[in-house]
Amino acid sequence: MKLAYFAWVRERIGLAEEEVALPAGVVTVGDLLLWLKGRGETYDAALQAPEIIRVAIDHEHVDHSEPLAGAKEVAIFPPMTGG
Amino acid sequence: MADTRNSADLAATMYDGARETSPAGKAPFDSGADTQRSEIAFDIRVQAESIDARAVTAALSGSGAVGALVTFTGYCRDEGGRLKALELEHYPGMAQKQIEKIAREAASRWPLIGVAAIHRYGLIAPSEEIVLVACSSAHRGAAFEAASFLMDFMKTSAPFWKREHLKDGTVGGWVEAKDTDDAATGRWHQL
Repeated sequence: MKLAYFAWVRERIGLAEEEVALPAGVVTVGDLLLWLKGRGETYDAALQAPEIIRVAIDHEHVDHSEPLAGAKEVAIFPPMTGG
Repeated sequence: MADTRNSADLAATMYDGARETSPAGKAPFDSGADTQRSEIAFDIRVQAESIDARAVTAALSGSGAVGALVTFTGYCRDEGGRLKALELEHYPGMAQKQIEKIAREAASRWPLIGVAAIHRYGLIAPSEEIVLVACSSAHRGAAFEAASFLMDFMKTSAPFWKREHLKDGTVGGWVEAKDTDDAATGRWHQL
């Protein structure tokens, strides 16, 4: 599964994107954020407040309860500030 | 979708705005425009270049059916002279799709004739435009409301992020999302 990061999430993790293989038990978006947070200091810095993080699966906004099954690209980013 | 923190009461209050432009007896979000929907002119773009507002609005106002055209242009402020430029990061795969989705939603809620929504990315200097929204319709109510709706959702659900570049050469922080923007979006109920 491809993960894409934007804005300060991208900066804190230090990567714009990466491929990951999900361990068993990571079923929802919320599970993914918690698992990522535990992958190291940079991830922990980016995801210290998972509740404010926004996620899109294959270019559609989703809630943290959304299942990841079938997702090709999961984007993880801060609240948007365009306009 | 992510913007689900909306107060139902607030949404219900502002719901009336959309209802006013709907034919009596129709469901609130049914604009009654089903037969026109396929004819709506959409001009949705995500681009680095500056926006030719005159050309965009001329294209929207060229029909005899148009009685009202509302445009909104968002500019980069100089923040009291501190700011050299705003950097607009975007999610290329998603930005255009999301703006199209918002525009289609606006067209399903109000009887619009044309919709333009153009958002820039990259480095934008003070006094340059960042975003242009324009809506045309037979009467002004639909055009005003739809333009406002589009802007509220562009700010809170289109994948763009602003960062300040300052005149002293430093790169400032990422602009924080405002609760007031979320509240403004919430008044329209959910997308």
